[in-house]
Amino acid sequence: MALGRDEVLAIAHLARIGIDDESVEGYARDLSEILSFVEQMNAVDTDGVEPMAHPLDAVQRLRSDGVTESDRREHYQKVAPAVEAGLYLVPRVVE
Amino acid sequence: MNWETVIGLEIHAQLATKSKIFSGASTAYGAEPNRQACPVDLGLPGVLPVLNGEVVRMAVKFGLAVGARIAPRSVFARKNYFYPDLPKGYQISQYELPLVEGGHLDIDLEDGTTKRVGITRAHLEEDAGKSLHEDFHGMTGIDLNRAGTPLVEIVSEPDMRSPREAVAYMKKLHTLVRYLGICDGNMQEGSFRCDANVSVRPEGQAEFGTRAEIKNLNSFRFVERALEYEVERQIDLIESGGEVVQETRLYDVERGETRSMRTKEEANDYRYFPDPDLLPLVVEPAFVEEVRATLPELPDEKRDRFIERYGLPAYDASVLTTTREMADFYEATVKAAGGAAKRAANWVMGDFLGALNKDGLDLQDSPVGSEALGTLVARIEDETVSGRSAKEVFEAMWAGEGDPDAIIEAKGLKQVTDTGAIEAVVDQVIAENPQQLEQYRGGKTKLLGFFVGQVMKLSGGKANPQQVNALLKKKLDG
Repeated sequence: MALGRDEVLAIAHLARIGIDDESVEGYARDLSEILSFVEQMNAVDTDGVEPMAHPLDAVQRLRSDGVTESDRREHYQKVAPAVEAGLYLVPRVVE
Repeated sequence: MNWETVIGLEIHAQLATKSKIFSGASTAYGAEPNRQACPVDLGLPGVLPVLNGEVVRMAVKFGLAVGARIAPRSVFARKNYFYPDLPKGYQISQYELPLVEGGHLDIDLEDGTTKRVGITRAHLEEDAGKSLHEDFHGMTGIDLNRAGTPLVEIVSEPDMRSPREAVAYMKKLHTLVRYLGICDGNMQEGSFRCDANVSVRPEGQAEFGTRAEIKNLNSFRFVERALEYEVERQIDLIESGGEVVQETRLYDVERGETRSMRTKEEANDYRYFPDPDLLPLVVEPAFVEEVRATLPELPDEKRDRFIERYGLPAYDASVLTTTREMADFYEATVKAAGGAAKRAANWVMGDFLGALNKDGLDLQDSPVGSEALGTLVARIEDETVSGRSAKEVFEAMWAGEGDPDAIIEAKGLKQVTDTGAIEAVVDQVIAENPQQLEQYRGGKTKLLGFFVGQVMKLSGGKANPQQVNALLKKKLDG
């Protein structure tokens, strides 16, 4: 499976990665090669094989419903680039 | 052409746990921004989610209440998208293998029939935070208190055929989750919200039309209005030669219309995949049975029992079973009244609910309890007070003037049932109105009302009306 220019740009947008115009072709080639490599899997007969949700053969442990976290807002917000009125500030988003 | 409307709903119900779905931060509503957002909710590197067992128990309870299958093994997946109120860059949800699959809910239609609406699935997921778009020097403020709050997303089949049916389904579900005690149902606080998929098709056509999804409907009234608007919009569009495009639309409350938010082409590609941070969720049959044993009497069962046991009309039984608290209040009232189930129903639904609404009070804040209301009903029943005087007693009870017996005593509202006493008043009224008596006996029998009125007036409203009527008739016709 070969990826074209538009697909590479769409993937970059979804991942919020900025890429130079001249490197698009290189990414297209590399990604296509990765896909071809993975496509070898299609040759394997997987009928009757249950899809694996996790590599560990274990089940989810549950915790009891209790509040164990105390308010440490000031501490956490020390690493934030911008805060105001207890809010984390981010570049303006408008949908 | 006649058009048929097709609606399916996705309802997000916030599960009423103390802590979040994957962290030990509090879910209490109304805290200052980010006071309840821990490193897991903030999406800091190196943290791991740990599933809250109560969330699983509540979702299983829901599944059992709608007759669904509880998946013995379900899987959490990452739904990837970038938005600052979701700092991890993905929402943990369930995709291919949800916890609850295939159930149904019966809704009552206006024509008195019942309709079964299919429930496709219900899956667990975490809520996102909140973006505040007020101006923070050209930036957006993010509050992550809500991030990680447990949600169950309940997806219906496209079984509803009108906005009314959609609202009926939503209300029924709202009642159910509160009965189960798994969601507080507070729509203003966002604990119960709805997205609707809507399409229209020519009547008789088997395939569905192209649908639009309307996001974030957070009141019953808005759901109905938004759907009505959207159905109308789609029909107008098609009839004028246009085509409905698959898109997400937002309901604008102020303008009463839906508008496009994003089209299918712009739709996110969520790139779901199993979350490697969480192992498959296994629910043992013994656990399911344990939860089943905790199921309360469900709304439909309660309504049927009210009809059966108290001899109530279906309408009364439905109103009285809207919430568990209301149903309990009614039953306690009947008990205190020593029976008189229909009269008790009238009082609870009439004067009592009316007074609650008027004062904007919740049931638990009512100044009149079931014991007192039941006593009042009993006093009407045993003819201590007339129905009319009882309203006065009730008002005094509501104003905190004491229990019904004390008020009846203090206000002298005790009904006169002593035949001798009533007869004296009747005789007096007849003697004082010879002209009317003559007219009555001359055939103008409508004047009976006049005499009843005079007797009631003279007795200060305390004479038993049935006795007054009977006595008057006897004497006038005499």
